[in-house]
Amino acid sequence: MKAPATPAAARPDAASGPGSGSGRLWVGLLPWLWMLSFFVLPFALIVNVSLSTPELAVPPYVSPFAGESGAPAFHPDPSAYRRLGDELLARGAAGAERQYLAAFANSLLLASLATLCCLLIGYPFAYHIARARASARNTLLMLVMLPFWTSFLLRVYAWMGLLDSSEVGLINQLLLALGVVAEPLPLLYNGGAVLVGMVYSYLPFMVLPLYANLVKLDLRLLEAARDLGARPSIAFLRVTLPLSRRGIVAGSMLVFIPAVGEFVIPDLLGGGGVLTIGRRIWDDFGPNQDWPMAAAVAVLMVLMLIAPIMLLHRHGRAREDGP
Amino acid sequence: MGAGAQAGAEVLGPAGEAAYLRIEHVGKRFGDVWAVRDVSLTIAEREIFALLGSSGCGKSTLLRMIAGLETPSTGRIVLDGEDLARVPAHRRPTNMMFQSYALFPHLTVAGNVAFGLHQLRPRLARAEIDARVDAMLDLVQMKAYAGRAPQELSGGQQQRVALARSLAREPKLLLLDEPLAALDKKIRRQTQFELVGLIRRVGVTCILVTHDQEEAMTMASRIGIMSEGALVQVGTPDDIYAHPNCCFSAGFIGETNLFEGRIRDGRLVGADFPQPIVLALACGDLPAEGSAAWLSLRPECVRVHPLAAADEAAAASGCENRAPAEVAEIAYLGGHSIYHLRLPGGRSMIASVPSAHWGDAPPPARGARVQVCWAAPDGVLLSR
Repeated sequence: MKAPATPAAARPDAASGPGSGSGRLWVGLLPWLWMLSFFVLPFALIVNVSLSTPELAVPPYVSPFAGESGAPAFHPDPSAYRRLGDELLARGAAGAERQYLAAFANSLLLASLATLCCLLIGYPFAYHIARARASARNTLLMLVMLPFWTSFLLRVYAWMGLLDSSEVGLINQLLLALGVVAEPLPLLYNGGAVLVGMVYSYLPFMVLPLYANLVKLDLRLLEAARDLGARPSIAFLRVTLPLSRRGIVAGSMLVFIPAVGEFVIPDLLGGGGVLTIGRRIWDDFGPNQDWPMAAAVAVLMVLMLIAPIMLLHRHGRAREDGP
Repeated sequence: MGAGAQAGAEVLGPAGEAAYLRIEHVGKRFGDVWAVRDVSLTIAEREIFALLGSSGCGKSTLLRMIAGLETPSTGRIVLDGEDLARVPAHRRPTNMMFQSYALFPHLTVAGNVAFGLHQLRPRLARAEIDARVDAMLDLVQMKAYAGRAPQELSGGQQQRVALARSLAREPKLLLLDEPLAALDKKIRRQTQFELVGLIRRVGVTCILVTHDQEEAMTMASRIGIMSEGALVQVGTPDDIYAHPNCCFSAGFIGETNLFEGRIRDGRLVGADFPQPIVLALACGDLPAEGSAAWLSLRPECVRVHPLAAADEAAAASGCENRAPAEVAEIAYLGGHSIYHLRLPGGRSMIASVPSAHWGDAPPPARGARVQVCWAAPDGVLLSR
């Protein structure tokens, strides 16, 4: 038996694999350094601000690390979270206007609807591209991304031009000219306008991961489904759809997460009427000069998004390791 | 193109049995290429039929047309009296086992087997589906794996699940596309027998597609040999082996020595054999004088004698065709040996010689001079 010789022979091979040495170390380190510098540290600073005491100063808070004696100390002030909790649970005088509650509810509702619409519109897009001739796929993908070639702000402003209810609103002009309506419809400055803007802006983020998933689908599985008696619609529901679950999850996250924190689209298309988390944070950091409160809202939003992602991730790992 | 095989024109059926599946002049064109050309064939109920051919010969396309996954460009397919032309794949009473098995990765083993049962109309009760899934998995001895994912199974286990899935709907016709090609050579042979036993037990009519002549000969009661889209010969394995009707079937079923030449005075001349080859006139029609012809000679029909005793031995065994030869290679296989022999002109021949043939004398060694001979009736004359 030569069994002992095999691991010994394999060991030097494993140690000196391709791309060994310090180069590989640095390449491996880069993403960690990046995440540390641009996510972990800033988030820690925000957490720090959220645990501070508001103060009329520059900056307008007292850090929990600023001990009076000058000795290292940590005195977190949870008052911002307490105030936020009162607002959200509508307790006491603070909850009278329910601005924070409305902001969270609006943001989550708009993001959910935008995700759902993107999924319903994006799935046929991705399916069609994945089934197209291999030579046509790249062109079609490029067309999906074409709007990205113009500025994001420009595209949102273009929607204002389309939806406006005054004489410059193209859609209302058209409807009036056709005699479909007698009065201009209030299309702009409401939740519907924000939803349209979000779906329009985020659609490619749904299409791309869905496409990447659907293009890998083994078409023989669909043939097998047909052979086993499944009509095309049943084959889609029982084979294509479940097998594209990962693409659906990835696309939905790419749309939902930025949509929850979106500020520009609600601000421009929703006017002042649509309260969102982004708007709330903007007001508290800016006009209200309540940095701890703004930071607490930001922290709560991140936690709110992380929890479902981790649940989904764990669920996905446990359910299937297949394609 | 080439081989001008138009044997499909007549309907070839098993003797005396009613046709269960009738394939009539079926052809399939992809662009300018005919993948399947004018194939006609009948298959009896409970028969196991093999479509044999090299890759790209159209055998899988023919199978897919029967399943409804491709539409024939010409001809029609009739199964149990029903013309399948207007029946879409999902309503056909056929089920296919795909080459790569195509098991659904998102379903368990039991879920895969149940998939087809869920599509049956009128709907089956849940308990009925469960019972049938159970019975199917029992049949292929995979009951213990019912809750597993297909990716967790070995190739042989996946094959059995795929078989159970395609049998679950009790199809009138079971289609197997290269059923064992994805398996290791070692387990393939054992699986061949298991698979045939199982198909016989279930009693389902079956068409299998394969490029492996051994698989076709082991599993099928009849074989159809396809080449370049056409069906060139249909028959039982021993029939095709003994009476190939063209060079392609002669070479595809078993090994053979092929001599090419022209007919002159009832002999084959111009073949790279030292003398004109004596033909047995009784066997079949002799092609016209001067026309091209081929002689197929199975290795076991070739006799090999030491030069010293050659002439009387040849005379005693009634061999009309003889030539001196040199032993180039010997492959000893126990009961018999394969001799690779070089004729004076340089062409080689193979002979399968039983080990007992040599008696007490030592068998010829590599490089030895010998005489090869065969009796005229052992050669099969082919016109194409």
